[in-house]
Amino acid sequence: MKVAVCVKQIPDPALPGELDPTDNTLKRDGKLILDESDSYGVELALQLVEAAGGGSVTLVSMAPNNEVSGLRTALAMGADDAVLISDDALSGTDALGTAKVLAAAIGRVEPDLVLAGVESSDGYTGTVPEQIAAVMGLPSVGFAKKIEIGDDGLHIERQTELGYDDVVCPMPAVVSVTAGVVEPRYPSFKGIMAAKKKPVDQVTIADLGISADQVGWAGARQEIVSVTEAEAREAGEVIEDDGEGYQRIVAFLEELKVI
Amino acid sequence: MNFDLSEENEAFRAVVADFARSEIAPHAERWDAEHIFPTDVVLAMGELGLFGLPFPEEYGGSGAGLTTLCVAIEELAKVDASMAITLEAGVSLGASPIAHFGTEEQKQRWLPDLCAGKALGGFGLTEPDAGSDAGGTRTRADLDETTGEWVLNGEKAFITNSGTDITSLVTFTARTGPGEISAIIVPSGTPGLEVQSPYRKMGWHASDTHGLTLTDCRVPEENLLGERGRGFAQFLSILDEGRVAIAALALGTIETCLAESVRYANERRSFGRPIGSYQGVAFQCADMAVMADNARLLTYRAAWLRDQGRPFKQEAAKAKLYTSEAAVSATRTATQIFGGYGFMDETPVSRMYRDSKILEIGEGTSEIQRLIIGRGLGLPLE
Repeated sequence: MKVAVCVKQIPDPALPGELDPTDNTLKRDGKLILDESDSYGVELALQLVEAAGGGSVTLVSMAPNNEVSGLRTALAMGADDAVLISDDALSGTDALGTAKVLAAAIGRVEPDLVLAGVESSDGYTGTVPEQIAAVMGLPSVGFAKKIEIGDDGLHIERQTELGYDDVVCPMPAVVSVTAGVVEPRYPSFKGIMAAKKKPVDQVTIADLGISADQVGWAGARQEIVSVTEAEAREAGEVIEDDGEGYQRIVAFLEELKVI
Repeated sequence: MNFDLSEENEAFRAVVADFARSEIAPHAERWDAEHIFPTDVVLAMGELGLFGLPFPEEYGGSGAGLTTLCVAIEELAKVDASMAITLEAGVSLGASPIAHFGTEEQKQRWLPDLCAGKALGGFGLTEPDAGSDAGGTRTRADLDETTGEWVLNGEKAFITNSGTDITSLVTFTARTGPGEISAIIVPSGTPGLEVQSPYRKMGWHASDTHGLTLTDCRVPEENLLGERGRGFAQFLSILDEGRVAIAALALGTIETCLAESVRYANERRSFGRPIGSYQGVAFQCADMAVMADNARLLTYRAAWLRDQGRPFKQEAAKAKLYTSEAAVSATRTATQIFGGYGFMDETPVSRMYRDSKILEIGEGTSEIQRLIIGRGLGLPLE
């Protein structure tokens, strides 16, 4: 059982983010950390390999400046190795370009299953997993909350608005994992020490047979024209409670159709 | 010269900080109020590998240094001293004596579970009438030659981790002959070992502390730990590491007092201004910031020396002495900055105030540390 997990390394959300005024993208030149929304995919991959009685978990990540800090966290959790695509030409790459690069790197790993988070915590496009599947010609299942390996392929519970769908899907496939569906393990000190020695294959786009005009700003089909601050939320309605205030609250909730 | 911890230690700090924030901080107030020892969380600390940090990998440890243990204790202490002391005592008093002085058989029997945090050990040294003067131990262990058993009789006081659901052993110091003190392992549940009701304490409410009574308590002769007659001397030789670990606990306490005080001094207003705009409060925060740095430098210097295999007894004593007294001072100041809220149980610095006093007492009182330092200066101290 060989699982590839797409992981994104992002600026620490606990620190104030900053936009690059020249291209309106998030600055990523500082230390990056493992996107929490990808830690669920890592955990699920580790559980699937354990349940299968063996195999490997390979991380695939695209990041500037050969950044490995976030990868080391996932390796410390127990992933076996990683492929890191880092290339100056990748600056400005849009979601589809990212998917092409990741797909090329995943292709080298030849996994039985590709996992990814539903969406990153910094970009939030939520499209990359499906685009990887399309580029690779693989089946794609989104919003998985549970994955089991059966004789006839993957058995996936797919989160929906009202509950979940049971999906059976052949392998290999690309599956995006809903945040919060498993409890990602804490890396132990032993895991952190072991992670230092785990192989990280650092590749450029040339290594993947991708030309510079397909990626970066050159290949992007988007341009960030301007950035506007989100409007401040308006103050809510204040109701003086004359003893009947609860009726207003009930009416309000009914109006929202939440009760 | 380099004051940075290694990248691995910083990565591990982030993990323990995350664990402390998610698994401990939300419950610490309730455990304190209800005097709950949270066995499930202690087991989770075990899964994280905390209890095995400084022990060899062959027994399930991580082979890490004292520095790494200090990082873990510091991070736990930032949110809850009770869980920090549970770890500190589990390692320094529970497992360490066995790791240092145990036979191969004893290590294989006890260490794997202690390292995994599936079991806890206690160290029965202090007695109702013998604290700093541990040489005044009255507990006796007589060898019954006919059965090949030690027969223990006596009473021990203030023994951490000695009565939890997962306590597997207590190592007792006892007189085994005239002028002879030895250490003997007594497994939990041995007939004749009675665990008394938990103490009512000023602080550390979520830490497990009991008095223990030994009444004709029999264990096999091979439960002798280390050399006969060297029980006390052996223990003294490993006490230094525990002192550095206690210093790390005090450091975490001071750091939280500082962070909480600065936050509150920016938020709380009096006479139309944030209280942090008054020198009376700002200078107290400044002093606390210096305490935190002093504590950090003393603690990690001592841990570093130990990990380099260099002498560190004096540095351990200085770190323990300074940080514990600074913690008492910082918690008192922080409580004052919080004003009336500082006196309320739900304010974390209030709990830390109660929790900090014991740091000047346990694992060698401030007076004992001054004795060590004074003797280290070549003074003819008695």
